[in-house]
Amino acid sequence: MTFRAPHLLGIEPLHPTEITTVLDLADQYANDPGSPRHREVLAGMTQINMFFENSTRTQASFELAGKRLGADVMNMAMQASSVKKGETLIDTALTLNAMHPDLLVVRHPHSGAVDLLSQKVNAAVLNAGDGKHEHPTQALLDALTIRRAKGRLHRLSIAICGDISHSRVARSNIMLLGKMENRIRLIGPPTLMPSGVAEFGCEVFDNMEEGLQDVDVVMMLRLQKERMDGGFIPSEREYYHRYGLDAEKLKHAKPDAIVMHPGPMNRGVEIDGTIADDINRSVIQTQVEMGVAVRMAAMDLLARNLRARRWEAIDGGVMA
Amino acid sequence: MTKTLFTNARLIDPVALTDTLGALLVEDGAISQVFEEAAPDVTGPQVVDCEGKCLAPGIVDIGVKVSEPGERHKESFRSAGRAAAAGGVTTIVTRPDTTPAIDTPETLEFVERRASIDAPVKVLPMAALTKGRDGKEMTEIGFLQDAGAVAFTDCDRVVTNTKVFSRALTYARSCDALVIAHIQEPGLSEGAAVTSGKFASLRGLPGVSPMAERMGLDRDISLIEMTGARYHADQITTARALPALERAKRNGLRITAGVGVHHLTLNELDVADYRTFFKLKPPLRAEEDRLAVVQAVADGLIDIICSMHTPQDEESKRLPYEEAASGAVGLETLLPAALRLYHAGHLDLPQLFRALSLNPSKLLNLQTGRLTAGSPADLVLFDPDAPFVLDRFTLQSKSKNTPFDGARLQGKVLGTWVAGEDVRGET
Repeated sequence: MTFRAPHLLGIEPLHPTEITTVLDLADQYANDPGSPRHREVLAGMTQINMFFENSTRTQASFELAGKRLGADVMNMAMQASSVKKGETLIDTALTLNAMHPDLLVVRHPHSGAVDLLSQKVNAAVLNAGDGKHEHPTQALLDALTIRRAKGRLHRLSIAICGDISHSRVARSNIMLLGKMENRIRLIGPPTLMPSGVAEFGCEVFDNMEEGLQDVDVVMMLRLQKERMDGGFIPSEREYYHRYGLDAEKLKHAKPDAIVMHPGPMNRGVEIDGTIADDINRSVIQTQVEMGVAVRMAAMDLLARNLRARRWEAIDGGVMA
Repeated sequence: MTKTLFTNARLIDPVALTDTLGALLVEDGAISQVFEEAAPDVTGPQVVDCEGKCLAPGIVDIGVKVSEPGERHKESFRSAGRAAAAGGVTTIVTRPDTTPAIDTPETLEFVERRASIDAPVKVLPMAALTKGRDGKEMTEIGFLQDAGAVAFTDCDRVVTNTKVFSRALTYARSCDALVIAHIQEPGLSEGAAVTSGKFASLRGLPGVSPMAERMGLDRDISLIEMTGARYHADQITTARALPALERAKRNGLRITAGVGVHHLTLNELDVADYRTFFKLKPPLRAEEDRLAVVQAVADGLIDIICSMHTPQDEESKRLPYEEAASGAVGLETLLPAALRLYHAGHLDLPQLFRALSLNPSKLLNLQTGRLTAGSPADLVLFDPDAPFVLDRFTLQSKSKNTPFDGARLQGKVLGTWVAGEDVRGET
């Protein structure tokens, strides 16, 4: 059991054993998600979900995970509140900190904003997505889904397809799957590839058929329409024709390859509806299920560290 | 008649490119005699024993932002002047990107009046090239020049309309006015916070390709060739822009270039975990670019090193990286930071002061920047080896946004003289 970090801000600072620790615990929660035993885990703790950017799925998943562990959960839709009145992120953080929450789940449209906030609060902070930087719980739930479907999380060939450049999900997944020693292929139009992608240690393809050759896992990304300044791709239909996942393109992958998508899906843009619904290939619903389990595990571990730190503080006070 | 004799000094002469022991006699604010070896007995002067430390012409820093008028809480002429005196800068050449912009003779007079009251060092103002720095109509270049503007610049804004820019350049040429421009292709660099590449992508920050700088320079070179104007590129920070600069100089265009000290001593990785004190405009570059630019300074291709002193308060920096303001203060750290290049063996001290003092003086047709008889006695005495760890709260600037907080630096200023007067004592 090793997971000592005070916050979960990204995959980048995690050690492979820490990743395995989260996944092992999440596995247990996944097998028995609703057990009343779990309600003691975060009993008496307060979890605040601060979403500076719209989210339905991730917020619901964090809320459910917290409630299953017995935490008191509060949701704050930040885009509607004081941010509009010109309050800075730091002031918002300090205000909330004065209310003594134990867990803060934060999503923010700017990269690095969650790191900044975590420096100003005493609570354990979970990054629920910051700009184009990281979305660690998504990568962890993807990893758990892969591990349960494939029986292992190493030496797999995994394709990440679509809008890599605007995707924090892609970045966290590249980090995580790389740390666990998998072969990663990035597939997408060059306009949607991040700069410096050649130095990422991944194979890069702009042709879907070539890229999907014999992969074990096909991870599709949402075409982030709301992030587009416009003009990255000629049109949705051309994108679907060249990069949308359909049965024809999926044939190039291994026969038992699984198909993943972080959701919400644009059917007919990046993925064909029948593939998404194919219970033999698609694990998209499993991903949602694992999402709750992984978030339970992450909050459980962070709460343990938080308690340990508080005990140390009290202990230290007595000793002194 | 006041006389001061500086004895036992290591004289850093950027004209002759020498570094020798000697003495210097200052009379009535000007250097009257330079002695090689020991100084003879001169009757009745005040003597400053330099104890073998370096005596160099005071630094002329082009492109200093003093936040007056508009944002005096960030920096005033008094605080900037003290910071300059503490850093061995004897002339600050101010930027017009204040609120409002310095684009009329009246606002320029305000700057000169405030500077003359409060600043212990020499202050020379620049004026905007276009009204309100909006890139639409040129300012009264002739009047502003008469009122004392030493150069014309829209600072970090690029005049995107080439017709407007070419007319302004043509008019400036008729006044023999110097135009200073920020070279950046504005479309490509829009919204950028860092240099594009692996680091930008891993951090999820919007990046700009280094190529945007070369495109900006290429465009401007064409316009100088067309108009014959006297032109200075404020900051060249990428390897890719250097061949274009070299060609333009070889072809006899009246072009010079500068670089900020931060781009010579830091690279993009220093941003690390979203440290906004490292957010500059243009952004910090890759290490290869830094090395290429350092070499260009050593070769004399890049003429000037400046601080690009840009005060920002805590509020404008304590924000998510993309939202945070750009710029760093640099007046006091300019010399110690630039000495990193000397300690790393890239440049010797005369070469360094050629870029810090002599070339900026030449560019603005000033008599400073030299250790020759007849030049104004603007001097800096420093110990190039003295080590220290910088604490940003010890800076004289009102704003403390330096990227060198906690950095180990070598080189301490021991004295600063403007026209023979010790100005550092006032700090």
